[in-house]
Amino acid sequence: MSGAVLPTIADNAPKGIAPGNRSMINRLTESLDFNAQALMLRAERQRLIASNIANADTPGYVARDLNFAQALKQATGTAGGGTGGPVIPTASHAAHLGAGPAARSEANLVYATPSQTNLDRNTVDMDRERANFADNSVRYEATLRFINGNVRTVLSAITGQ
Amino acid sequence: MSMFQIFNVAGSAVSAQSQRLNVVASNLANADTVAGPDGQAYKARQVTFQTQLMGQVGAAGVTVSNVSEDQTPGRRVLDPKHPQADAEGYVTYSNVNAVEEMVNMISASRSYQNNVEVMNTAKTLLQKTLQLGQ
Repeated sequence: MSGAVLPTIADNAPKGIAPGNRSMINRLTESLDFNAQALMLRAERQRLIASNIANADTPGYVARDLNFAQALKQATGTAGGGTGGPVIPTASHAAHLGAGPAARSEANLVYATPSQTNLDRNTVDMDRERANFADNSVRYEATLRFINGNVRTVLSAITGQ
Repeated sequence: MSMFQIFNVAGSAVSAQSQRLNVVASNLANADTVAGPDGQAYKARQVTFQTQLMGQVGAAGVTVSNVSEDQTPGRRVLDPKHPQADAEGYVTYSNVNAVEEMVNMISASRSYQNNVEVMNTAKTLLQKTLQLGQ
């Protein structure tokens, strides 16, 4: 992170139950925001693992992975869940302005340590990548279910049933 | 939407692996080719993969950077009765090593399957994402 001031946990801590401090709609959507950030990071990690699998036979390719916990902490500005950190705009096109996802995620990308030596210096371990891929897709689906549950909760609250 | 990049990444890998399979197929088909009148037998071909960055951070596809020919001399077999035998009675066959090619083929087909599965999983996840909130 370059220069951006991250709110600390203390900044985000609930300040009593005074109605003026945190509006009702915030409370409804902050968990949704948190899960949306998690979903985006899961998608990012999925793409990364797909790249590793695609390059399993490329000489000299170095496998990479995402430090998910750290990336989520940065994306939401919290250690735990549900306190709605800053929403960082992502640039999905080269012409977009702003910090862009690169500045945010490049620091969280780590290089995989090779488990077995390889003559062509490729460090993709297919067993590990396949396990990570399955793990990440299950967690992606879990996040989807959390969001679905959240939406249902909000829906039943606003329809008053 | 970053999940859509997975199709580009895995798709590039699938096409690169199928090109590798193509090369293996032509090598195996020409395993027993003998040298023609020019004395040059078929030379085994080999693909070289290279990482291809796809714009976004972490999205790295793969591409075939070049197809090279194996320059080792071909097998020479003494067979004076063969129509293609040279002045000394030797026939030059291609330098294809059938065992190596079979191993290459298995490796390519496994990598192909892996990448197809990656695309299938990504497709399932995207479909579930589309049904979000319903």
